[in-house]
Amino acid sequence: MGSISLKNVSKVFGEAAVIPSLDLEINKGEFVVFVGPSGCGKSTLLRLIAGLEDVSGGQIAIDGVDATSLPPAKRGLAMVFQSYALYPHMSVRSNIAFPLKMAGLDKAEIDRKVTEAAKVLNLTDYLDRKPRQLSGGQRQRVAIGRAIVRQPSAFLFDEPLSNLDAALRVNMRLEISELHQQLKTTMIYVTHDQVEAMTMADKIVVLNKGRVEQVGSPLELYRSPANLFVAGFIGSPKMNLLTGEYARAHGATTVGIRPEHITLSTTEGEWKGVVTVAEHLGSDTFLHVDVPGIGHVNARVSGELPVGHGDTVYLSPQRERLHRFNDQGLAQ
Amino acid sequence: MATLHTRSHARLMMAPSVLLLLGWMIVPLAMTIYFSFLRYNLLMPGMEEYAGLMNYRFFLTDPAFFTALANTLILTGGVLLITVIGGILMALLLDQPMFGQGIVRILVIAPFFVMPTVSALVWKNMFMNPVNGLFAALAKSVGLAPLDWLAEVPLLSIILIVAWQWLPFATLILLTALQSLDEEQKEAAEMDGAGFFSRFIYIVLPHMARAITVVILIQTIFLLSVFAEILVTTNGGPGIQTTNITYLVYAQALLQFDIGGASAGGIVAVVLANIVAFFLMRMIGKNLEA
Repeated sequence: MGSISLKNVSKVFGEAAVIPSLDLEINKGEFVVFVGPSGCGKSTLLRLIAGLEDVSGGQIAIDGVDATSLPPAKRGLAMVFQSYALYPHMSVRSNIAFPLKMAGLDKAEIDRKVTEAAKVLNLTDYLDRKPRQLSGGQRQRVAIGRAIVRQPSAFLFDEPLSNLDAALRVNMRLEISELHQQLKTTMIYVTHDQVEAMTMADKIVVLNKGRVEQVGSPLELYRSPANLFVAGFIGSPKMNLLTGEYARAHGATTVGIRPEHITLSTTEGEWKGVVTVAEHLGSDTFLHVDVPGIGHVNARVSGELPVGHGDTVYLSPQRERLHRFNDQGLAQ
Repeated sequence: MATLHTRSHARLMMAPSVLLLLGWMIVPLAMTIYFSFLRYNLLMPGMEEYAGLMNYRFFLTDPAFFTALANTLILTGGVLLITVIGGILMALLLDQPMFGQGIVRILVIAPFFVMPTVSALVWKNMFMNPVNGLFAALAKSVGLAPLDWLAEVPLLSIILIVAWQWLPFATLILLTALQSLDEEQKEAAEMDGAGFFSRFIYIVLPHMARAITVVILIQTIFLLSVFAEILVTTNGGPGIQTTNITYLVYAQALLQFDIGGASAGGIVAVVLANIVAFFLMRMIGKNLEA
């Protein structure tokens, strides 16, 4: 239950090939996150899996069965939409019960499953309200409730947290992760936020212009990005990508060093630079430093560092943490 | 309009238009009520005298009154039924992506811009005429005897003509409602296993409820007073088979020259319209609450 495999899947809208050709294996019980900048085809890919768009070529198999031409309802998948897509004229109870009603279950069975789902999601007190009387987080939970009552073989989430405020987003992120631990069902989650991807995923699929740039666990992507795109996309603040003389000295076209892998000092180091902006977060300090001959470098130190605009600092990149990329942008 | 100060200013500035509109309504209403208590016949000028409730008694006990009342309600109900159901179907069709969508939409809306007298005459002479009409030709082409629509099924004919005029209005309002339905909701329902008919009944129809209410309320206002279509096609006949309240008031005033009786009829029509509005609001008014 819950393995999905894509073979040579492509999608073309008119002239534009949104997804040129793509292979992907999703194993049973995995939490897979599709991440990439907007317009990279991640939502389209999710909709292809859901069956809301027809593939232009290739094959989609769910649980080993070819599902390429099955209608969405027959694929055994449930989807949570970005706008939640709750039915505004129905109560929370009817919303959650809707897929069961469509499946033709008897009333007692529906009641039992709705009550159960409501208990899991802390919605018991809201069952008789209309969606408009709920807060954003509660609506989100109703949408998830509507998905879990069907006991699908996989859940599809299309940027489900992007309409929530920052604090709520962190909470819901946790709730979805806990739900995954509890249900152990395959989940596919689309987001443009690499923090969401890093914190929730078992496996991250980084997409760019419809191509898979790299597939791997969050730490694999962090430690050894396969190319410049992944290097720049994963990690916050972004990796410093340096070209020119310094890169050539290390035998590469581009050299990448993460801000947290630069040792900072106010007295001595490899590079000498001037701080343009210092961001003091308490737990961390982010420095934007202009280094003559190297360029603009971001650095990060744990804890507090009492420097400000115009101060001189010394930076030393940790040599074993350097990422080298060739002229095609691939890791060497 | 947050403070007491701005509110009183607002009232002051709205006052002229409110007073003008009030006067515009009150003066004709007061004159109609006044005339309805007079014995006022155009054939006997200068002989007006107070007549008490006589005009009302004559109008309400006129055998034509109940027929006219029934005709009014059948006409209104029939047209509403055709335009709402037909409008929903047309809106569903027009919502489908197709070639020449813009042109088709304009064509669909066109009947609404044709004035009632003209469209009724076109229907009478070019469609329903038993000799030259299109329907007669169609009937003859399959070997049937042509139907003299306006003589044999006069009320149905009027209903068809009026429904043809109002169908574009209903279609237009319902189409905009249909287009405002969130695409993700339809997709969610599709994922939830709802087929086309379930989606229509559980998702689309409830979404359109408010628009349907608006269509019914607005059309009722106009359909209770259909007049031009009757005047140019059947003149209320044969007999009084297509006489509605509006036409009966017209006949009283301008065929029998009885202004007093017609005024009483007008007031009766106002009361009836309010009764209909009351029941309509009780039935479907809750759909308008946000």
